Amino acid sequence: MILGVWIINKAGGLVFQRDFTTGSNAEPALAKLSTNDYLVLAGTFHGVHAITSRISPMAGSTGIEVLETDTFTATCHQTPTGIKIVLFTDPNQANTEALVRHVYNLYADYVMKNPFYTPEMPVRCELFDVHLFKLVQTVNPAATQA
Amino acid sequence: MQQALSGMNSRLSSIGGSVVGAGDARTRAQLDRSITRPRVGEVSLSAFAFLFSELVQYSQKHVKGIQDLEKRLNLVGYRVGQRLLELLVFRDRGSKRDVKLLNALLFINTNVWKALFGKPADSLEKSSEHDDEYMISDNDLVVNRYISIPKEMAQLNTGAFVAGIVEAMLDGSGFPARVTAHTVPVAGFPFRTTILIKFDAKVMEREKRLADK
Repeated sequence: MILGVWIINKAGGLVFQRDFTTGSNAEPALAKLSTNDYLVLAGTFHGVHAITSRISPMAGSTGIEVLETDTFTATCHQTPTGIKIVLFTDPNQANTEALVRHVYNLYADYVMKNPFYTPEMPVRCELFDVHLFKLVQTVNPAATQA
Repeated sequence: MQQALSGMNSRLSSIGGSVVGAGDARTRAQLDRSITRPRVGEVSLSAFAFLFSELVQYSQKHVKGIQDLEKRLNLVGYRVGQRLLELLVFRDRGSKRDVKLLNALLFINTNVWKALFGKPADSLEKSSEHDDEYMISDNDLVVNRYISIPKEMAQLNTGAFVAGIVEAMLDGSGFPARVTAHTVPVAGFPFRTTILIKFDAKVMEREKRLADK
């Protein structure tokens, strides 16, 4: 089940954040935070990612790829240009790497090919939202956009 | 010294020669291709999408307002249409121009759309309110596939580029018209683009005369 998606720009700023819940109360959902808290957490993640990639004993580490907890898993994909896409799923979700790559695919298509998008700025592209939601629905059919 | 220089010159010219040679080979390969039977699916959609995106961004830097931007895109499309008309009429119609209005529209609806986007347009309709207005609609116009119009520019449709192509083809066929692109959502296709064609009064007069005969 996909719980949420973040996109963090090169500088560590959060440019996209969406939560996906299933609509029913029994299903888990990410805690709702204030916009400012999201920005702080994204910045923190960016910093930790930098530590993990730079402190590595072997050169060329890609940094954090998966962050696992009892209640959720965060899968991070860093693009060659330094954009980070973080996918939050429940711990049992299989194939999260493929899913996060799929999100990257959508980002490349519907954000980067959009002439009205300025790189590094918050993502406001309707088509990206539409297609991301379609992807989420293939994983959790009862999904609603929160 | 003199000798050294001339030696260098000859080396330079040999480099220059090889470069020109490569260009020649490429040009020849282009010319060797059949005009009448082109290979299909040659252009990468991604490459086109990025190019078109840059075209829109470039145009945006030189305009004030949405109408100006559409006009500019229309103008670029017009230049494409002029050339495309020549090629497609030669390829698909044996250099015969359509003289009936409906045939000219059908030619755009099917032949032109197929050549540009690999499929015919989704509908060709006549306006029920105005006799001189026709509409070609596409549920998912290729040029708009990756483009999300920001809310503050809701009136804009970058399909103006395609409208320009259509306008040039109609103009070139002797049916001067004003062509614009609009987003007209229908159930199931929220991003459907309608190309609105408004013919000149004299075109409608001529059609009427021909019909009366």
